[in-house]
Amino acid sequence: MLLIYCPYCEEERSELEFRNGGDAHIARPTNMAEISDEEFEAYFFLRDNPKGVIFERWRHVHGCGRFFNAARDTISDRFLTTYKAGEPKPDLNEKPKTGAEVETYEALEGAAQ
Amino acid sequence: MADQAIATRNVPLAGRRGGSPAAILTPADPASRIALRAGAEAVSALSAALGVTLPVRPKTSASTGRRHALWLGPDEWLVIDEDNADLMAAAASSGVVHSAVDVSHRNTAVIVSGPGAEVAINSGCPQDLSLAIFPVGACSRTIFGKAEIVLFRTAEDTFRVECWRSFSPFVFGLLSEGAEDAAY
Ligand SMILES: [Zn+2]
Repeated sequence: MLLIYCPYCEEERSELEFRNGGDAHIARPTNMAEISDEEFEAYFFLRDNPKGVIFERWRHVHGCGRFFNAARDTISDRFLTTYKAGEPKPDLNEKPKTGAEVETYEALEGAAQ
Repeated sequence: MADQAIATRNVPLAGRRGGSPAAILTPADPASRIALRAGAEAVSALSAALGVTLPVRPKTSASTGRRHALWLGPDEWLVIDEDNADLMAAAASSGVVHSAVDVSHRNTAVIVSGPGAEVAINSGCPQDLSLAIFPVGACSRTIFGKAEIVLFRTAEDTFRVECWRSFSPFVFGLLSEGAEDAAY
């Protein structure tokens, strides 16, 4: 089971209490009525789907109810850091403040052969 | 003349008993409750009006007699009065901007008590309920099986499990299973 650090509850909680909210830091156009279909498509539908670090919104839906942001590795499912909604993207080269090792199946059982 | 219908309150878990010697399950008596939302600037006035200090630290509660204020989120509390006092009127008398919704009948509660109370609740709840992490007075909205609950530790071996009334047969049933397991 993944443990996710909620920056509002200030502790790690089970993934069962959380819900993913899609990509973070997607700026909603302020001139929605004027943009072209292509620009709207880029804003609304097109995502990078990276292999590696992704910045996502998460909601502590069965907890404090708050949305927050997380940097997660899409290969290992490891959460690199989490931070409150509205805060800028953190510098991932700095030591993450949560620090704790996250238990993954791969870490416990070894990588799949 | 038509007969007059008289509404009587239907308590969700009326008559239920359960658990095991390790974890006894008791449906809680009816209580009044409000779901309270307010900004930081309203906390002190609301605390004065309700007669209980709204906690601002995660996972903490405050109690005055049989009235309890449970931190659910940075601007959200569940206030419970076991003597069925009018919490809506008390909150309204604060005179500050807030949102209060009467959820007295939406919620019901099960009291889980005994040396196996932690184990019984952990049968469906992933939180660490050891005393060091979840001390007496700690509270949290969390998940129990497929139902959302608010957990409130009222003593070392006693928890109040608040849930929505439509989920209460499920919660009581799963708690019963957990209480049986806790006896072994
Ligand atoms: Zn939280």
